[in-house]
Amino acid sequence: MLVSNIELIPGRRIERHLGMVQGNTVRAKHVGKDILAGFKNIFGGELVAYTELLSEAREEAVERMLEHARQIGANAVINVRFSTSSVTAGAAELFAYGTAVVLDGE
Amino acid sequence: MELIVIASLTVLGYFFGRIAERKHFESIRLREIQYKNILVFNERHLPPGQWQKGPLVGGNVVISVDYFKRLVAGLRALFGGRLATYESLLERARREAILRMKADARSCGAQMIINVRLETASISKGNNDQIGSIEVYAYGTALVT
Repeated sequence: MLVSNIELIPGRRIERHLGMVQGNTVRAKHVGKDILAGFKNIFGGELVAYTELLSEAREEAVERMLEHARQIGANAVINVRFSTSSVTAGAAELFAYGTAVVLDGE
Repeated sequence: MELIVIASLTVLGYFFGRIAERKHFESIRLREIQYKNILVFNERHLPPGQWQKGPLVGGNVVISVDYFKRLVAGLRALFGGRLATYESLLERARREAILRMKADARSCGAQMIINVRLETASISKGNNDQIGSIEVYAYGTALVT
């Protein structure tokens, strides 16, 4: 499964477009991590736990998007975009979307 | 009592925040020199040449302001104008995210990254809707010859 955020996959030809696919996940923060982050809010600096949490969540959103693409018979997703929104205090939604395409076999 | 807590938090935030920020900027500058041979563009078109692969690469960072800066920003918000303390926070976060994206690209063996997009989100909003920490995610298509 190839993924790209431009309109093509370098070195391959697109045979068919199958429409938009998407994947999302809503994640809440772990309480313990939240308390640690509270301390960091005093001293400033990177919140490593959150960085990891969000990057995991983003991977999951991409994985769901790819699952959706596989189901409709695509072998690549192009023009991928990400978006993040905070739903309530302490939870964030990560959303990935793109166009599912079929590439010619080589 | 409450005043003492706030005052000590402010002083702690001021010193530790300053040290952390200076260190962070130093490490950013150093790594920017290390990664300067990976070119970053935000245009969508493929440059001329033969490209074998174009994996999606990205880097994210969550970064928080210290107590002192938040206080200063809170005071500044009364009068309006530039919030220099938040400007440096966002600058650090963006440069860090771009560097992590470049590190990801280098592990794929790429020479350049095109169609770079930056996304910013505020993660935790504290009291009075004050922004405590922000996430920046940088992503793009890495090109491998």
